[in-house]
Amino acid sequence: MIHIVVHVLLVLALPPLLTGVIARTKAAFAGRNGPPLLQGYYDLARLFRKGSILPEGSGWVFLAGPVAGVAAPLFASLLLPFGGHTAPVSFAGDMILFAYVLALSRFFTAAAALDTGSAFEGMGAAREVAFSCLAEPALFFGFVALARISGSLSLSQMLGTGPGWVTAGAPLVLVAASWAIVLLAENCRIPFDDPNTHLELTMIHEVMVLDHGGPAFGLVLYGASVKLFVLSALFLRVVFPFNVTDPRLDWIAFVAGILLVALSIGVVESVMARLRLVKVPQLLVGACVLSAFGMLLLAR
Amino acid sequence: MAEQLGLRPQGHPWLKPVRYRASWRPGHDAWGRKEGEPILPAVGDFFRVEGTEVHEVAVGPVHAGVIEPGHFRFQCHGERVFHLEIALGFQHRGVEESLLGGPHRQTTARIETLAGDTTIGHATAFSQAVEALSGASAPPRAQAIRGVALELERLANHTGDLGALAGDVGFLPTASFCGRLRGDFLNLTALLCGNRFGRGLVRPGGTLVDLDDALVAELGRRLEEAMKDLRGAAGLLFGAATVLARFEGTGRVDPATAEALGLVGPAARACGVDQDVRRDHPTGIWRFVHVPVMTAYDGDVNGRAFVRWLEAQRSYDFVKAQLATLPKGAVRAAARPIRPEHVAVSLVEGWRGEVCHVAVTDADGRFSRYKVVDPSFHNWMGLAMALRNEEISDFPLCNKSFNLSYCGHDL
Repeated sequence: MIHIVVHVLLVLALPPLLTGVIARTKAAFAGRNGPPLLQGYYDLARLFRKGSILPEGSGWVFLAGPVAGVAAPLFASLLLPFGGHTAPVSFAGDMILFAYVLALSRFFTAAAALDTGSAFEGMGAAREVAFSCLAEPALFFGFVALARISGSLSLSQMLGTGPGWVTAGAPLVLVAASWAIVLLAENCRIPFDDPNTHLELTMIHEVMVLDHGGPAFGLVLYGASVKLFVLSALFLRVVFPFNVTDPRLDWIAFVAGILLVALSIGVVESVMARLRLVKVPQLLVGACVLSAFGMLLLAR
Repeated sequence: MAEQLGLRPQGHPWLKPVRYRASWRPGHDAWGRKEGEPILPAVGDFFRVEGTEVHEVAVGPVHAGVIEPGHFRFQCHGERVFHLEIALGFQHRGVEESLLGGPHRQTTARIETLAGDTTIGHATAFSQAVEALSGASAPPRAQAIRGVALELERLANHTGDLGALAGDVGFLPTASFCGRLRGDFLNLTALLCGNRFGRGLVRPGGTLVDLDDALVAELGRRLEEAMKDLRGAAGLLFGAATVLARFEGTGRVDPATAEALGLVGPAARACGVDQDVRRDHPTGIWRFVHVPVMTAYDGDVNGRAFVRWLEAQRSYDFVKAQLATLPKGAVRAAARPIRPEHVAVSLVEGWRGEVCHVAVTDADGRFSRYKVVDPSFHNWMGLAMALRNEEISDFPLCNKSFNLSYCGHDL
């Protein structure tokens, strides 16, 4: 019971810290001090105190986007084991629900973007949907490989296969590489998207939420950080599927691992430029191929 | 001419105003607009591509960043741009009109703010025009100081551009370094004359400030430091495969188009067009010192970025050499009256390209016409051509690689 409480508290409270860690890492590479680590929380507090303006002609769909953007990743996190602890909700086939709950939030974000009727936002929605079509198979091929290694269809068992690195190291490396790409792509990080750009024509995710302001934009930011947290936890559990014996230490190891993932994202963002938009699908197809080969290696 | 004088060219396929203003001659309007009717920028027909799969994207005049206003109309097929039409005119201040009857007390202030980032370029062009009209010439020491200031302006702006290009592709290290280094180079100009953009430095007849030996030594030391850091930042930029993958082949302008459009400055030299006012029409210090003309041949974003980096290095060499061998003597010649009924054409290679000023005097030795052509005026069309068949998501990068002035165009 206590672990469920910790699980929920972590996923509610920790995500904005990740964006702070990424920002500080990038600042360190650029020779700047950077924003405070807790800037994400300050931003949310500021946004939630604001009023909001709705674009003319938009309806409930416009507000459903940010709400689904927070609700879906929070719900998905319940299906995911954090560290060595089992997930609060777990059943055979929950990975499919996990993937499609995340897809649901994307659907609502894209629908909210289209609801504004703006040319930019339609363009962003088209890009986001096209790219996630390619990211999804990479995720699923990885799931199949993990299911095959663990002999289970539930995330809690699939992701706890420490011995998998001994018996099926090669497929796991491929899946981890593929999911690292998916992690960056799904969270709109460099090299796929630049979360800090102000250039609306180059944006993918950011352009879809241009018209959201105040609390709605706060929800968008919070939802994005929760999604980053959830996918980082998923990725972390593939790379580090071992259980620390002491449950308290295990939580600490988990939090440290998540922060390390955020740090690595910051490093990646600091040392490389964005891809040209036409190259993004190619890299995502590459991610698919990686995890598909991971799956094939196990299919003998 | 159509906007100012109401002359209507014969056989023009699609005459559109460059600047949106009433004619100087009441009753003569090239577009037949009634007097008193408000004339708003970017209002009118745009070129349209018809078809069910073609969509139109309109950007601006209010942009997401803190930049000048301009309106961009894209005709797109998916992500591909068929045509880009650029509508400017939001920044029109009527500068040319305000210069009539001059030079008067406000003239230099107007000239120096034609395009704030080309203060030295425009002020030098204006000073040369006045000097030509009055038959005076600036002393050698002033000419050298003007040259130093012009090259410092080039260094600062090229550095800023390299940083901005890095920022656009999300390449953090160079973006951050160059942001600071641009400030360092601007501070050198401030050290020279007290203003970061060089206002109050160049005047007809010479310069308003002189350098003493301590200042020259300090300038040289700080220039050396900033240049060392710039070498590092540029090395990172051009050494990163991900950056080159983004720069190369993006926004290509072929040399024939560049020549046909009359592109100037780094944008033209990036296409292999070998032109530079400093060599082709040398004035002032450029008659004695030659700065090698840097060209690239691809005409893409990488070409424009690399030409900037090469030019920054040549500017550094020039400034360093000039500081070591500044001529002795006065910095300002005595003013002479401007000759009536004369015309003077003055060219300066500003950091963005050729700055052209033309002055015509009346019977009293006052400006009866003063015409300014900022390099941006030539190059905006180059940007539109660079976008043909490119991805719409590459527009900000292409735009930054040209980095044109809106107010320099709109005047």
